[in-house]
Amino acid sequence: MKRVYSLEDVCIGCHLCEVACITEHSISKDPVRAFMHEAERPISRCIVEESNGGAVSFSTTCRHCIDPACLQACIAGAIQKDDQGRVRMDTEKCVGCWSCVMACPFGSVQRNTEKKRANKCDLCPDRERPACVDACPNRALVFEKGDN
Amino acid sequence: MNYVIIGNSVAAVGAMRAIRTLDRDGSITVISRERYQAYGRPLISYLLGGLITEKRMAYLPPDYCEKNRIDLMLECEAIAVDTKSQSIKLKNGESIKYDRLLVATGGDPFVPPIEGLAGRERVFTFTTWDDAAKLKAVSGEIEHAVVIGGGLIGLKAAEGLHLLGKKVTIVELADRVLSAAFDQPAGRIIAKKMEANGIDVITEDTVTAVKGTGSTISGVTLKSGNTIVCDTVIVAIGVRPAASFLNGSGIEVNRGVLVNDHMQTSVRNVYAAGDVAEASDFFTGQKNPMPIWPDAYIQGDVAGTDMAGGDKEYAGGLAMNSIEFFKVPTISMGITNPADDGGFEVLTLREPENYSYRKIVLQGNRLAGAVLVGVVDRAGIFSGLIREKVDVTPFRDQLLDAEFGFVNLPRELRDRLFAPERKQQF
Repeated sequence: MKRVYSLEDVCIGCHLCEVACITEHSISKDPVRAFMHEAERPISRCIVEESNGGAVSFSTTCRHCIDPACLQACIAGAIQKDDQGRVRMDTEKCVGCWSCVMACPFGSVQRNTEKKRANKCDLCPDRERPACVDACPNRALVFEKGDN
Repeated sequence: MNYVIIGNSVAAVGAMRAIRTLDRDGSITVISRERYQAYGRPLISYLLGGLITEKRMAYLPPDYCEKNRIDLMLECEAIAVDTKSQSIKLKNGESIKYDRLLVATGGDPFVPPIEGLAGRERVFTFTTWDDAAKLKAVSGEIEHAVVIGGGLIGLKAAEGLHLLGKKVTIVELADRVLSAAFDQPAGRIIAKKMEANGIDVITEDTVTAVKGTGSTISGVTLKSGNTIVCDTVIVAIGVRPAASFLNGSGIEVNRGVLVNDHMQTSVRNVYAAGDVAEASDFFTGQKNPMPIWPDAYIQGDVAGTDMAGGDKEYAGGLAMNSIEFFKVPTISMGITNPADDGGFEVLTLREPENYSYRKIVLQGNRLAGAVLVGVVDRAGIFSGLIREKVDVTPFRDQLLDAEFGFVNLPRELRDRLFAPERKQQF
């Protein structure tokens, strides 16, 4: 299946992938509205890490693992694999126990502490390509077929 | 192929999923003592406390069993296994044949003989949906409950009752709550937070007698001589592998059902997984019952894979717990209370005023355990470093950093994780 891969040599550390992720998961799907006017701003499902004042940067996100540690750890049955192999989080079922946060070796499940629900990448089911990939100005994120 | 699974919790689910991945045709029968479809067992405290509805208890999508042709036999108890004829004797007198059997019966709560406990009406254990339902049904009449045992189950029961507005006192024999899963500072932070919210926590003491008249409880007497006036007692001392029905079957049982790294028991075609099993420990390789939710799933997955002819190996049980009490999230994993002579090194960072604490346990050049209180984001990175036995020497000084991430890891590791396809191009 297709996954989002991160190429750190061409990442410029602009965080636009995070902006795009938040926007895509907002109600209005408009960045200004999402960041300034909506009651609840979504949490970005991708995290840009940086060091040496930006000399090194790259975006991290869910690997949609074959044997997902988050799914194995979830006590609520909120995490399921769909027919295409995408690992999906049902936030309605999530109870905010953070077992998935404890288990994910990629650090790719986020805590929404306001709503007490976990969040993770859903690969933007309504789009052809995930929003983070489309937003990356230097093609440091690619959406390609891969084994893990 | 005729697969039978005794038990219907997370290990059973891990196994049925694995079986169906490899074998679409074989029959799968699940025998469960309980009357429910698979449910999130740890959710019973949420149900008791009114945080979730019964509908949210379901662990699998509603059409899962039908879609995957899982034959569920609910309210049905296996009482013996005949490994020669490969059949299971049920309490209702029937027998069921199997080609491959998985024992995933979990644990039974341990109730010690306490003077005056037997025959009282409001004595509860807290491990099943029915336990929670029974407790909830009488909760209107409860004024003060005493919880015997300050482990995870005891604390969760206490939290559920507290959410219903009940006065709760926890009595724990050890010097702190959560002594098995967490270390002393973490246990103290949690106890402090519970006390600040009105739950009494008594440590280094235990209930020696239950007082009352007839079936009614009026209080408990502690070892220290102190007494507590109460009307309800929750026994949450621990669970024991539910394996007694295997007596005489020839299946080797120590504390739990002994299994190898394919979850095979000592008898051909019989497997065990989850809290009933005694599998190898991640660090020592020694057999050890480990009642840990993710491990139960993984063991079920390994068992189901092997049962259906696939090949997966269990890497050993790695303890990990995540709980949140009164908005203080707490995660522990691996070795959290290292022995003085095991060559361990401990790094800590404490901010007690913020209910924040981090502890890293190192053994040689490897990460062996972690305790995180307050800031728990991305804790799983540590579990990955433990499981993958990564040499942490280059970044060990950064492990306590709240912002610790993949940027602290060697480039090569990062690429392997996040750009596996492009690895060769740079």
